Amino acid sequence: MAGFASILPLCLRELTFAAGGRAIIRGVSARFDAGPATIILGANGAGKSVLMRLMHGLLAPSSGEVSWNGQGPARARRGQAMVFQRPVMLRRSALANVLYALELAGIHAPQRERQAMDALEEVGLAAVAQRPARVLSGGEQQRLALARAWALHPEVLFLDEPTANLDPGATREIEAVIRAFDASGTKIIMSTHNLGQARRLGDEVLCIHQGRLVERAPVEAFFAKPASVEAAAFIKGESPWA
Amino acid sequence: MPGTAEAVRGALGLIGAGDPVLAGIVALSLAVSLSAVALAALIGLPLGAAIAVGRFPGRRALIVLLNALMGLPPVVVGLLIYLLLSRAGPLGEMGLLFTPSAMVIAQTVLVLPIIAALCRQAVEDAWVEYEEQLRSLGAEGLRAALTLVWDIRFSLVTAVLAGLGRALAEVGAVMIVGGNIDGVTRVMTTTIALETSKGDLPLALSLGFILIALVVLLNAAAHLIKEAAQRRYG
Amino acid sequence: MGMSRFVVATVVLLAMAPALAQQRFITVASTTSTEQSGLFRHLLPIFEKQAGFQARVVALGTGQALGMGRRGDADVVFVHARALEERFIDEGFGVKRFEVMYNEFVLVGPKSDPARAGGSRDIVAALHRIKAAAAPFASRGDRSGTHFAELELWKAAGIDIAKDKGPWYRDTGSGMGPTLNLAAGMKAYALTDRGTWLWFRNRGDLVISVEGDKRLFNQYGLILVSPAKHPHVKKDMGQAFIDWMVSKEGQLAIAAYKIGGEQLFFPNAEGCLACLKGLAGRPEV
Repeated sequence: MAGFASILPLCLRELTFAAGGRAIIRGVSARFDAGPATIILGANGAGKSVLMRLMHGLLAPSSGEVSWNGQGPARARRGQAMVFQRPVMLRRSALANVLYALELAGIHAPQRERQAMDALEEVGLAAVAQRPARVLSGGEQQRLALARAWALHPEVLFLDEPTANLDPGATREIEAVIRAFDASGTKIIMSTHNLGQARRLGDEVLCIHQGRLVERAPVEAFFAKPASVEAAAFIKGESPWA
Repeated sequence: MPGTAEAVRGALGLIGAGDPVLAGIVALSLAVSLSAVALAALIGLPLGAAIAVGRFPGRRALIVLLNALMGLPPVVVGLLIYLLLSRAGPLGEMGLLFTPSAMVIAQTVLVLPIIAALCRQAVEDAWVEYEEQLRSLGAEGLRAALTLVWDIRFSLVTAVLAGLGRALAEVGAVMIVGGNIDGVTRVMTTTIALETSKGDLPLALSLGFILIALVVLLNAAAHLIKEAAQRRYG
Repeated sequence: MGMSRFVVATVVLLAMAPALAQQRFITVASTTSTEQSGLFRHLLPIFEKQAGFQARVVALGTGQALGMGRRGDADVVFVHARALEERFIDEGFGVKRFEVMYNEFVLVGPKSDPARAGGSRDIVAALHRIKAAAAPFASRGDRSGTHFAELELWKAAGIDIAKDKGPWYRDTGSGMGPTLNLAAGMKAYALTDRGTWLWFRNRGDLVISVEGDKRLFNQYGLILVSPAKHPHVKKDMGQAFIDWMVSKEGQLAIAAYKIGGEQLFFPNAEGCLACLKGLAGRPEV
């Protein structure tokens, strides 16, 4: 947003993470600039979710560093938002859920209502603003999660397999919103299993295998000719027509 | 059991007669216990939630202590509060002994661990679901805890009801700090104790049935409210 | 929301505490025998109407009531154990002892009278027979006036009950009612004041075994807690209560209290001969 310094680029330096005696992330280094939508691909258990949580600051690395434009993670909380695989809504109306996020972000009361309604309109949920969020369908709740993120106008939006639990119709709606985010200048960092989705939404791909970054390439190049063995095996395994 | 039918009939008779002394006793029981539960909830819900969400040294010991305090013997609480409020004690100047206020204080102390411990458990369970999203949005510590308490408020009704049941049923604490003064600090349980010690067992039993009926009614009402609200909010 | 209303109510209730204190009253520490007999329910409304303030009675055993006086939690004590009362005053906790009323103790026991203790006016002989027969005996054991009197009677019988008691002697540590409940349930003997016996409903098959012995005389005394020891004591109202109790109105009110036509307590305040004249008292005990 205009007015304060950008939190990008995001730099990961030799990140590791271990839990319960197991190493989950084994030394990942990468740099993310504004612009290209980044897709993180990898098999189950490869560490995608953990990596995203390390980037977003929900987990602290065992070693290594996460820095946002030279600052630590604490300073960069405001410019980020995250959408999870399962949307978590408070037992309030759809509108109230968005208002809650705005209140936490320190937006003043008079502006909150306007910004919240704008966000709901953006994702097509204005009609159900007063409905209790928890009675909405799975797809609607996920759209609501995106509206909640939209209202915050984040610089970076993390998405952890956002459509894994949704039917194709709902998936299309979610993808449309993600595209809108992208078009508005928000940096997208998303993990997914859906290769078609990766190609539709992504500009570049990061491939994670057993906690390591094995390949990073523009999306078309990656799918046409994956450079690493693991990536190739992954693509083959994920494609139903291999 | 001999006399049960007579006692039930006695109970209905007492209610039907609308005896003002009985009404006063029931009203005082409700006033004291409801006030105590309200105070205990005011302190205990945020306390339990904060412990559930927080991470600090000694947390586990504190949880064990809180759970153990649920079993505080009412008569011991009564004795401790008596010593506190007695003229010979530190807070004697306040002149609270043998007043309904003293009874409220004693029952609050009794009920607080119950509400706090059960809330802590419920919030900790809910935290598993909510933690990542709330922290992602920037809600931490007490802020997140209070948001959770409000969100799971319907399941906390059970915790509050448990506290209310304990308060309405106990006699040891209110007897000692209240003095069972006729017309001033006499509640249902102390009346039942008194009538039993006087040997008037049918009357005591009738009062006992009225007390039980009251508790059942309160629980039923809370249950209905809980269900209706859950249907509305999901 | 409902919660905030409770909070307000509680705050109001607690805030009312000092206000309640201003509602004029004194705290009277008395015994379970007087409370449970219903005497106060009869007496106090009359008093309050005439005096204009409330007398709030906390009913415990004599020992506990005097303890309350020592701690300063009561303004007046109203008990029935002369030796303990005199010690209370000697230790400086009480101002002066006023005799107010009396009744008597009776020995109750099972109709079958296994110890053959009944049928006489001699309490000491009866106690001897009970001990000899090792018949069950229920004692209050709670430092009450009645308990104290019972201990004195064992002493008068030359029995060191603390040493010589056996499993037949049941120390209940409780009030007169529960002790009688136990006696009825166990078919035991017990010492009780006549007032309690008159209203006690759960008699089982207990009857009066011994009555009328001079040594069963039970005197009640009123003492103002010393303002020297406890400056907060409401001495004017407390003294007014005592003055009323030993006045003609108070003494008449005491005499008027009856259960089933029988009088429970007999006024005998010093200097109230005028009011005692013409009252149907018991013959000289």
